[in-house]
Amino acid sequence: MAKKNTDEVRFAPTGIGDEKDGAVQKGVDLPSATRKKHKSLGLSEDDLKSMFKQMYLQRRFEERAMQQYQKGKFGGFLHLYIGQEAVSTGTVFALNDDDDIITAYRDHGWGICRGVTPKEGMAELFGKVTGCSKGKGGSMHFAKTENHFWGGYGIVGGHIPIGGGLGFANKYEQNGRIAACFFGDGAVDQGSLHETFNISKLWGLPVIYVVENNGYSMGTAAKRHTVEDIVDRAKGYGMKSAVVNGMDVFSVYETMKEVAEDVRENSEPWLLEIRTYRYRGHSMSDPQKYRTKEELETYQKNDPIERIKRYLLGNDILNEEEIEEIENKVEQVVLDAVEFADASDFPDEAELYDDMFVEDDPYFHN
Amino acid sequence: MAELQFREAIREAIDEEMGRDEKVFLMGEEVAEYNGAYKVSEGLLDKYGFKRVIDTPISELGFAGIGVGAAMNGLRPIVEFMTFNFAVLAADQIINHASKARYMTGGQITIPMVFRGPNASAGQLGATHSVAFDSMYAHFPGLKVIYTSEPDDAKGLLKSAIRDDNPVLFMESEQMYGLKGEVSEEDDYIIPIGKGKIKREGSDVTIVAHGKMYHVAKQAAAQLEKDGVETEIIDPRTVKPLDLPMIIDSIKKTNRCVVVDEAHPFAGFSAEIGFLIQREAFDYLDAPVQRVTLPDVNAPFAKNLFDAWLPSPKQVIDAVNQVTYRN
Repeated sequence: MAKKNTDEVRFAPTGIGDEKDGAVQKGVDLPSATRKKHKSLGLSEDDLKSMFKQMYLQRRFEERAMQQYQKGKFGGFLHLYIGQEAVSTGTVFALNDDDDIITAYRDHGWGICRGVTPKEGMAELFGKVTGCSKGKGGSMHFAKTENHFWGGYGIVGGHIPIGGGLGFANKYEQNGRIAACFFGDGAVDQGSLHETFNISKLWGLPVIYVVENNGYSMGTAAKRHTVEDIVDRAKGYGMKSAVVNGMDVFSVYETMKEVAEDVRENSEPWLLEIRTYRYRGHSMSDPQKYRTKEELETYQKNDPIERIKRYLLGNDILNEEEIEEIENKVEQVVLDAVEFADASDFPDEAELYDDMFVEDDPYFHN
Repeated sequence: MAELQFREAIREAIDEEMGRDEKVFLMGEEVAEYNGAYKVSEGLLDKYGFKRVIDTPISELGFAGIGVGAAMNGLRPIVEFMTFNFAVLAADQIINHASKARYMTGGQITIPMVFRGPNASAGQLGATHSVAFDSMYAHFPGLKVIYTSEPDDAKGLLKSAIRDDNPVLFMESEQMYGLKGEVSEEDDYIIPIGKGKIKREGSDVTIVAHGKMYHVAKQAAAQLEKDGVETEIIDPRTVKPLDLPMIIDSIKKTNRCVVVDEAHPFAGFSAEIGFLIQREAFDYLDAPVQRVTLPDVNAPFAKNLFDAWLPSPKQVIDAVNQVTYRN
């Protein structure tokens, strides 16, 4: 091997904006959206209105949360889901209410979609005792287990085997429920994913594993952190798989519905790569130098909320005034949530020791 | 009382609890068709079937996490590690998830599960198969840690661990699986987690020793008895919660203490006990607390080096002589 000049030696693929002919770099290639209309998907007009309202709620909740964070109302991490709302919404509408859902730390949208009220969610962000996790978890640990939302988890890939375990319990109990486990594109590089996929296929676990591929693992573009198409990981494990346009709630709903039926029927795991895009940084401290403004704007043209709004208007399901009415209502709900969070109490200091163990009076070493 | 091997006592505990509760199941490497790497689970597959006795691939992180998820979703898994040395690959699930999920969701999640398997060294197995992990896991809030020394303790405490609604680590020893001992035949024999046992009464010095080190302490005590030194041996059985009152009461009687621990010396069980004794019984001590531990060195292979590495009765006797000023 000829010896190379030292500065030619590279390991990680580098850089942005290496697209040819001045084309805009794209974090993910969106597959085509479904062409089906709502009726052939089995969705009623009321369902569509609810979907729109839900996605708009997630969006406004986070925009207001961001504002409150910038005002210094709370600290810690804040990973925003903005841009990805069609994934949570399409999924929750497609699954049964008692199917189990677990996700990573970009979890606000998921929580809200699965019954964490805006008040409980905002209060959790503020670290208040009225939060969904009593202020013990914060932004990354929304949960509502009574609604089978098992929470957001902060270790990349750490919750993937846990998702498998939720499905394991459902198979063990033969209760007809399935589990769905969501994670980002960064998590596909973790060994936990590979161990879980192997066991899931071997044991026939009824679990839908979903990569919400938003193109970036924090500040590292997918092509810089992982080889080949993510969905192709499924082949190595003999898992069924599909790629879905995550900027279109109908596409997410359609695939998720079909896959859930197959998983429920045949008790085997699937891998879905849902391609989507996050508009905001990885967290609040992200200068976003790894992507261009033009790239972001390209995806914003495919905004999932604008898309369903156009559909509602174009199919005469709602008119402009009705849409505005929904938006105003949602805005008020979110403002009320901010007010509630602000006015709520912090947990009492005595609660520091609560929720560690099941016992009322557990042992603490000191 | 029935005389059982350690492995039989553990098997009885698992068998009784599986018989009692449909939600209890066992998974791990070689637990089913191979009948257990150390024959702990022998016969359980035949009795309970493939649904409840499950062979796993060698994927500690994967199957430990599947156990955590299954526990969250209503089951009571017993996850067997072929040794806790391999469980290091699963430490993310134990330390970051099992111990924390309840707290960070404000008490919404319950994780009633047991991680169990042999701990520490078992002869000339080299550096990566020889580490005692009980102190390390006891460091983390949200976990209970048990490391027993005799079949009777193992049976009663494992039954408690399986019934506990929190994550519990239950540690055994490859070298003790064949050890025989009297085991209570009491129906539904339960020993509460967090209660130590005075295994030998004496008035001259307190020796605190658990797991395999209890037997080292016992050999030392037999020799010391011949020399006219009466040792009191306390086996805490549970590392966390720790039965501190039992240790302190003993020291108030003997005024001297030696801690024997199979872990390395820094920030481990022996260091913790030493600290607690100075805080709780400073005025009762007639000599500084001494400890016998592994050196701050990895496990060697060569027989002579290994023997020098592992705590021995001779080292315990020397430490007792030191605290009783018999040198």
